[in-house]
Amino acid sequence: MSDDRTFVIIGASQAGGWVAQTLRNEGFEGNVILIGEEPYLPYERPPLSKAALLGEVTVDSTYFWQQEALDEANIEVRLNTRVTAIDRDAKEIEIEGGDRIAYDKLAITTGARVRKLPIEGADLPGVFYLRTMGDTLAIRNAVKDGATAMIVGGGWIGLECAATLTKLGCKSVVVEAADRLCGRAVTPEISDWMLKFHTGHGVDVRLSTGLEKFEGNGHLERAVLPGGDTIDCSIAVVGIGVIANVELAQDTGLKIDNGIVVDDRACTSDPDIVAAGDVTNHPNGLLERRIRLESYENAQNQGITAGKAMLDKAEPYSEIPWFWSDQFDANLQLIGLPQDWDETATRGDQDSNEFVTFYLKNGMIDGAISVNNPRDLRVGKRLMQGKKQVSAAELIDPETKLQALLKR
Amino acid sequence: MTDANIEFHAVATTAEVTEDEPKAVSIGRMDIGIYKLEGEFYAIDDICTHAYACMTDGYIDDGQIECPLHGACFDIKTGKALTAPATIDLRPYEVKIEGDQIMVGVTKAED
Repeated sequence: MSDDRTFVIIGASQAGGWVAQTLRNEGFEGNVILIGEEPYLPYERPPLSKAALLGEVTVDSTYFWQQEALDEANIEVRLNTRVTAIDRDAKEIEIEGGDRIAYDKLAITTGARVRKLPIEGADLPGVFYLRTMGDTLAIRNAVKDGATAMIVGGGWIGLECAATLTKLGCKSVVVEAADRLCGRAVTPEISDWMLKFHTGHGVDVRLSTGLEKFEGNGHLERAVLPGGDTIDCSIAVVGIGVIANVELAQDTGLKIDNGIVVDDRACTSDPDIVAAGDVTNHPNGLLERRIRLESYENAQNQGITAGKAMLDKAEPYSEIPWFWSDQFDANLQLIGLPQDWDETATRGDQDSNEFVTFYLKNGMIDGAISVNNPRDLRVGKRLMQGKKQVSAAELIDPETKLQALLKR
Repeated sequence: MTDANIEFHAVATTAEVTEDEPKAVSIGRMDIGIYKLEGEFYAIDDICTHAYACMTDGYIDDGQIECPLHGACFDIKTGKALTAPATIDLRPYEVKIEGDQIMVGVTKAED
């Protein structure tokens, strides 16, 4: 029996790629068309601020699947193709140039785009953002040994970039408007640890500091701080957050609220359209609230869920949010989104750069952050998932085998 | 299974590997993880097939080892890739126990 249905995926991203692969893994035999705006196959984003920026890996090696594997799975990939509209009545999408493609089911995995810095001089050559492979290649081309690099924003992207540019021989200066680093993601004590860690590696971190403007004659030459102080720099990387690419969904009347609103099976308000990844606002049963996540794990696992949902096979998707970041020789990992906790418990020594700090609420783990200790964090994730009762004292005690606590 | 091209190397003692704590060893340039499951010992490649990470730093649950970096799970007995993002299996190696020594078999000339 041949299947003549066509399933279209807008966004050749990590999430979009997993939708396509999942359709095949689940035995779908109809047409799968994966459409991407960029000239690249779905690629891993974590290396963009690290190994790819250092020039240690090739573009191809960041692909989730090589072209041959996609061919073998009979996934049609159309790159350099921008979708301009979704026509839900006709069940067609329109691509730039006016061609239309009919769909039986549609997946939207359009991700997010960088928030632009609204200051004078932000459009000067030498001022970069970091979100795409194209961005990384452009920065790598512009980096010169010994240059001063201005990093705008002390979040994950900014700090990873500061670390990598330092490794490339730049003097990295980070300006952060808030009074601590990574304030949206980590707790104040971890912000303090990050400040010490980066300063110790030679990064010049300036908190509570905005930027007035960039200046330069045809190319970036300096950053001007409020008050008039200037910092000479030939390169700047701005990492001040992203905006979900909801426009296609919004224009076609899908429900939007800080992202495309989906249920726990990645289904939108249209029964023939699913959405996954950074672009969605989805319910999280474990956290008991709606969230929009910008994470590797969510792009992958919600993408898999969305693929199954197109075949009416999806199980509810709900996982404890998990992130990681690599900066210099530190691997940081986070679970949960701890907001209000009763007590904290640190296992290991924060000064040794190898520890995990747990955040406890009502005797249960509400979140945790580890530095160079992924294994304890993973046990913590299971303790959190299983809603196990634990005490700060036993978590801190190095004699406690965390895995034993799971058997409660 | 015996193969004249397989050469066994003593890599650890049986006391060094527990059900909860695997051990990373190397034979020549090969990084191999040694595991204990239900009293038996197993050996599989130690570097995740998805991205560079030592699997023995990962978490063991229900016969699976989970990568410490990106969470891909592999079957400890066979090395089979079970979950995303990994799609390629870890290579398994033959194991035998001599006294208290764990011996791992690798093809000659490979090490």
